[in-house]
Parts: sequence; structure tokens; C-alpha cells
Amino acid sequence: MGSSEMCRDLAGEVEKLLKTSNSYLRKKVGVLHTSVVLLTEMCERSPDMLAHFRKLVPQLVRILKNLIMSGYSPEHDVSGISDPFLQVRILRLLRILGKSDDDSSEAMNDILAQVATNTETSKNVGNAILYETVLTIMDIKSESGLRVSRFLLNNDKNIRYVALTSLLKTVQTDHNAVQRHRSTIVDCLKDLDVSIKRRAMELSFALVNGNNIRGMMKELLYFLDSCDPEFKADCASGVFLAAEKYAPSKRWHIDTIMRVLTTAGSYVRDDSVPNLIQLITNSVEMHAYTVQRLYKALLDDISQQPLVQVASWCIGEYGDLLVSGQCEEEEPIQVTEDEVLDVLEGLLVSNLSTPVTRGYALTAIMKLSTRFSSVNRIKKVVSIYGSSIDVELQQRAVEYNALFKKYDHMRPALLERMPIMEKTSTNGPTEIVQTNGETEPSVVETKHLPPVTQSTNQVDQTALKNNGLKIDFTFERANPNPNVAVITIHASNLTEADMTDFVFQAAVPKTFQLQLLSPSSNVVPALNQGTVTQVIRVLNSQKQQLRMRIKLTYTLKGSPVQDLAEVNNFPPQSWQ
Amino acid sequence: MMRFLLLFSRQGKLRLQKWYTPLSEREKKKIIRDMTTMVLARQPRTCNFLHWKDLKIIYKRYASLYFCLGVESEENELLGLEVIHRYVELLDKYFGNVCELDIIFNFEKAYFILDEFLMSGEIQETSKQTINRCIENSDMLQEDYNNEWYEVELFG
Repeated sequence: MGSSEMCRDLAGEVEKLLKTSNSYLRKKVGVLHTSVVLLTEMCERSPDMLAHFRKLVPQLVRILKNLIMSGYSPEHDVSGISDPFLQVRILRLLRILGKSDDDSSEAMNDILAQVATNTETSKNVGNAILYETVLTIMDIKSESGLRVSRFLLNNDKNIRYVALTSLLKTVQTDHNAVQRHRSTIVDCLKDLDVSIKRRAMELSFALVNGNNIRGMMKELLYFLDSCDPEFKADCASGVFLAAEKYAPSKRWHIDTIMRVLTTAGSYVRDDSVPNLIQLITNSVEMHAYTVQRLYKALLDDISQQPLVQVASWCIGEYGDLLVSGQCEEEEPIQVTEDEVLDVLEGLLVSNLSTPVTRGYALTAIMKLSTRFSSVNRIKKVVSIYGSSIDVELQQRAVEYNALFKKYDHMRPALLERMPIMEKTSTNGPTEIVQTNGETEPSVVETKHLPPVTQSTNQVDQTALKNNGLKIDFTFERANPNPNVAVITIHASNLTEADMTDFVFQAAVPKTFQLQLLSPSSNVVPALNQGTVTQVIRVLNSQKQQLRMRIKLTYTLKGSPVQDLAEVNNFPPQSWQ
Repeated sequence: MMRFLLLFSRQGKLRLQKWYTPLSEREKKKIIRDMTTMVLARQPRTCNFLHWKDLKIIYKRYASLYFCLGVESEENELLGLEVIHRYVELLDKYFGNVCELDIIFNFEKAYFILDEFLMSGEIQETSKQTINRCIENSDMLQEDYNNEWYEVELFG
């Protein structure tokens, strides 16, 4: 509508025009209309214009009143309403002017109420004006009569659409009022019209809260079953979010997730799989129930990839619970180890499984080798896939094979249960899940690679220096969680012989939580040729002075050595 | 603000196109293609408003023609329907019982009327009489012009 300089120049002109237009209303209505449009644009762009034009509000109100009261003007009117275009524009301008200003809002209130009550709504025109009025009422600071309810019950599709849109806008500000219409909105979900269904779905998700979660979820799950594919992805993610926020119980949550996976499994977003897995890990008491239900779902249908991935992961983790038949929540089913392995092998060979799913299945089978007793069968399966065409599967199978042969002593430690994951960042769970079977063997592989060269990290503290073994600590703060201190230990060996089977252990007082990650190697080479590093994560939620007891065991020149030390003088910035 | 106005037949043939923002030819063709597929795919008794990228699409079917208006998201949809209806009324008044053939053979008049009514995406003139008078005046000028030529030819 013209550049800012032009607008500034015209502003004075426009004011004059508005004043004169008052008297020559009919003749100059075209000019009036364009000037109102110009004003609207100016006020939208610049807040000082807004302040400047606030004083025009009484005039605008008068013009609007004249429009409504004035008699029949054939050239401007549409089905009995005089110049609806101008009315709507004025209403919009009033909305912008009155938005955060109490005085203007006061001045407008009467005229808005009058427009709202007098406008005939049998025709589209009337509804158009009413819609604009409602939007204005909602935006300015006054009690909203919420005429929207009248709109919502109207049978005309257009009106309903418009009502749903405006409700979506109010739901942020006036939540309770919209709750009243919840049942109508839920009915709109069943409407045939695609646009209305979409609006109703968005609105339903906005309305979900702790009280109505069960009822709403039932409706939404029913909707998920019957809606078009284009909605399914959005609906599924919405359901997950809502379930996460307002789930009344863990069992309900897991049931809901299962329902979504079985009905719309293939439309679920990729990042929901790791989120679900994390959720399941965290609800410890539900493990048996979850794995049982997932197993049953898998027996029915293996075409939905996210479901299959989550199920195979759970079976890998909790297979022992499944086979032992202990489940308090439901009728326990009798499953043998062979049946479980059959199902997982079926996944591997099925045409419906994607490569990612196959990876999940293979890792699950491997994990079961420590939980089940039929190890030979598992060994056979793993060795078959050592020559698979798919590079990913082949790599996994080869590494697992190596685990069986050379590093059998490490197998139980590597494949034990996953700890409860804290939700640090979106990458956290994914990393652990996807690489669970992988980084472990690759760490094993690097045992014979040359050790890490002496790093030039700042040595924040020397914890121990004894018998030729030196342990240094370096500190940093974990990014997402400031209470977690990340300590890296560097072990170096000043004697002439290598220290083999090097194991570092640490203990902290009860107010802390400790997590020890895997070391870079078990051999500290002699004469300071390299260091072994290991990362310790300490959760210090009470911000207390950090203390630690460390114990080192290693073999030097054939004889085992053990060393203990207590570290108290941690620098303050590591734990504050 | 309105972004564009398209008129197309039931078979998807474009009759009128008016653009209120500068767009490349490729973008225009893409929009036309998207609009025709979306609007023609709609069921008969569904709502007249659609969402497309960040715009609202308001469409109305009159006999064999679809009027498709693309507006920005703050606009009043019901008023958009009124805009379409007002334009149809103007065409009707001028051509007298307008049909698709009138628009096909006199498309330049249709554009003139549209330009009198809407300008740069906003309503310019709300009075039907004024618009009609303007078009009639320009018609008379055109006829005079033609007549002058004829006279010159006759008298060398």
C-alpha cells in the first residue's frame, strides 16, 4: 500500500478526508473505504501511527453507526445490509486500534454489541460481519459474549469452519470457555469435510487436559482409526504428546501407545520410536506387561515398522521376563524360548522388514544370548548373517560373532540390562539404542590398536601418584544438565613394564550418583607412552562438596597390584 | 490482502487470472496447477475454504465456472465470498445474464471491471453504480474512437 514515507505524507490528508467524509458519506464512500484500508495498513506497520490515530476512534464509531442506521442505499448494499465491505474494514481497524487500549475499547463496546445483535445472520453477508465483530470483541479488552457458540451449532459448513478457527485463537487466552463446547468439537471430528476435520483435530489437542484425557483420548483414537492418511501422522504425534503430558497411569500410557502403534503404526514419526523405548525403560514395573503385549501384537502383524522395532527391542531387553511367564497385570502367556527366537528370526527373513528393523531384530537376538539358555541356536543365526548382503547386518553379525568367540567373557557385561536413561537431549536415547550392540564390540576391537597418545588436556588435578602409576582428573560441565560433572581420568604409567588388566573403580557418598563409562583400554603402556582415559559422570543435585574414593587394580610384571585413594580436594568449580 | 484471483472451468481450463504480487512465470503456473487440482477435487457440499501454504483459498462455483481467491491468513473468509459474489454481480449487470461464453469472448472487459473493483489486492470501490458508470464511459470512448477511424478512411 505504498512506502512508509508516502504513508507519512498522506496521513494528514487522510485525516482531513475522514472528517469531511462524515458529511458527504454517500458520495465519497469509495474514498472512505480506501482511506480506511490505508489506515489499517499504517497502523499494522507502525506503533506510533497507532497512537496517533487512536483519537479517530469516536469518528469511526460514528461512521459505523451511520452505516447501520442509514436507510436503504441500493448501490452499496448487499441483501439489506449497507456496504458490508466498509463495515468489515472499519471493524478491523477498530480491532487494531482498540487492541491494548482501554479507552478506545470502552468507546467501541456499544457499537460492537449493536452490530452483533442487529445483524441478520440468515445470509452469508450477515455472518461475515458477525465473524469480524466476534474477532474484534475477542481482541479488545472487554468481556467476550462468545457469540461463537451460535456459529458452531450452525449447519452451514462455512460457518462451522470459521467458528472452529476463531475458537482455536481463543483457546490460548480463554481456555475454560472453549471447554464448554468440547462435545460439539468432538462431533466435528466425525464431519465429512476435510478442512473441518483438521481444525477440529487441532482444537481437540489444544483442549486436552488432565481431567478429560481419558474421554478425549478415546475419541481421538477412534478418529485415528478412521481418518485419512494425511492426518494420521499429525494425529499420532499429537496423541503421544498429550499422553506424555497428562497420562493418569503408566499402564494407561503404555496401552495408548500400543493402540496407536497397532492402528497407525506405519505413519508414526521416526523420532517416536526412541522416545517410546525410553518411556518403556523408565516404567520399570511395567516391563513384563509391556513385553507381553508387544509380543502378542507382533504375532498378529509384522508389517508396521515402528511397532516391530519397539517390540523387538523390548523382547531383546526383557525376553527373560516374557519366558518366565510372570505378569501381574494380565493373564500370563506361556511362551518358550524357541517360540520367541522363531518370531525374531521370522522378522529377519520377512520381506516386510526394512533394514533398520532387521538391525533391531539381530541385536535383540544377540541380547537374548545372555538371557536365554539356547545359546547355540543364537550362535548359528548370528553366524549365518555374517555373510549377509546388507552391509549393516553383516557388520553387526561379524562383531557379534567375535563377541562369542574371542571376547566371551565380556559378553554378559556388555549385553546386560539398559540403565534408566535421563532425558537429556533428543539425541541421547537414540544413540544408546541404535549403537547398543555396536559400540561395545568396536570398543573391544580397539583393544589391540595403539593406545591414545598423551593428551595435552589441562590437568586439573592429580588424584594419585603411587608406584609409578599416575591418575589425573580433568573436569567439565555436562551441557544440558548443570548438576552433572563430567570427570575424565587419565592414567599414565611411569614404570618400565606395561600395566595390564587395568580396572578403575570409584565410589561416591550417597548424595551423589555416579556413572562410569567404558575405558579407552585395559593396558597402560610403560614409560609414559600413552594414557588410558575413562569418563565419569557425577550427578550432584544437592551441590555438595564432591568427594570420591578410587580403587585401581592392575597386573604389573605378572603380579596383581591394588591401590586405594581418597580424593577430597576437588576444585570448587567442578561441583558448584 | 488478496494475492490472486483465478477463474477456471469444470475441465480445468483457465479463463481469467489476476495476480496482485509479482511472481515468476514458473510460480504462477505452479499455483494455477495446484489450485485447479485442489478445488476441482472438492466434494460438492463441503466448506468453501482451504489452506494452502500460508494462504487461505476461498472458492465458489457459479454454474460451470470456479472462482478461486487466494488471500492472506488474517483476512475474513466470509467476506472473501462476498467479494467473489460482488464481482459476479458486476459482470452480470454489465453483460446481462452473464455466462462463460461472455467471459471467453470479452475477457478484456472482464479484466477492466475487475480492475475497477479491486486494486493491488484490496477493494477499491464498493458502489456498483460507480463501477458500471466507469465501464460505460470507457465503452463510449472506444466507440467514438472506432467511428473516427471510419470517417477518416471515407474522406481520405
